[in-house]
Amino acid sequence: MKNSFFRSTAFSLLVFVPVTVFAEPVSSMLARYRDEARKSSADFQEFSIERGKRFYLQAKASASGSISCATCHTVDPTQLGQTRAGKVIEPLAPTANPKRFTDAAKVEKWFTRNCDDVLKRNCSAQEKGDFISYLVSIK
Amino acid sequence: MLWNQIVRVGLLGLAIGATCLGLADDDEHGEHEGRSQRRTIAVASNPQYQAECASCHMLYPPGLLPARSWQAMMGGLKNHFGDNAALDEKTTAELTQFLVKNAADQSSASRSQKIAQSIKDVPLRFTETAYFKRKHHEISSQIWQRKAIGSPAKCVACHSRAEAGIFDEDEVRIPR
Repeated sequence: MKNSFFRSTAFSLLVFVPVTVFAEPVSSMLARYRDEARKSSADFQEFSIERGKRFYLQAKASASGSISCATCHTVDPTQLGQTRAGKVIEPLAPTANPKRFTDAAKVEKWFTRNCDDVLKRNCSAQEKGDFISYLVSIK
Repeated sequence: MLWNQIVRVGLLGLAIGATCLGLADDDEHGEHEGRSQRRTIAVASNPQYQAECASCHMLYPPGLLPARSWQAMMGGLKNHFGDNAALDEKTTAELTQFLVKNAADQSSASRSQKIAQSIKDVPLRFTETAYFKRKHHEISSQIWQRKAIGSPAKCVACHSRAEAGIFDEDEVRIPR
């Protein structure tokens, strides 16, 4: 009896130990892109919300020319988007979806995939920083 | 003693025969008990597969393609039907292992076995297999193009429980 009490207590402890997920503040993510941007260009000053917005709406590969970030994420990043295969994409703007830009590996994974799809090249650190600055600026 | 053995061997033979008959039975028209189970494509639950693959498209049961197809698919994620779906090395290896383990040619589910037997090459699209085409021969191109369907790859448009590996003909609802 006692034994089984201990066992079940131990079991509940196992189950209820909170899982801590490391969430990086967006400021430190931007700081890393800033360092990178400075290293690759001496002219780099600071990220720009305006430039980020333009990039979000207009960035296109000259070859395909038909898609931009907004094609799947919609022109309003607080809204739900849709993948080419029809799956819902949660909003990109942290004001509508606080999980955005909290996981550096995930952010890099999607830059790698989507910059290649839209631009047929990698995005620069400046473009990434502008993009994030625009999205976090949305209220 | 001898009779006992004869009876046992006889029963075993009957059991094997019945199993063979069961397997040979056409899965679309069989009316036997447990038929929906036999028709199912085994689904292995995997949160990583759900997160990495099914965030962009429907969750395709691994039992739709043989192991060699999944290996080819996972080896070419940088150009995944025109999109870059690249994953890091560790995730790629883990998901490949999961897909291979649950592939059509590794599965005990009857529909997966039939699919595996019908495939000779290394298809990347299940919709291009002879099995898929035979099962959908009566669907015209106009139906595929309906807004609610759009593509033969969107199984869930008509097979609402496709992501659970259920493709029973009785459950098919073709949207207008």
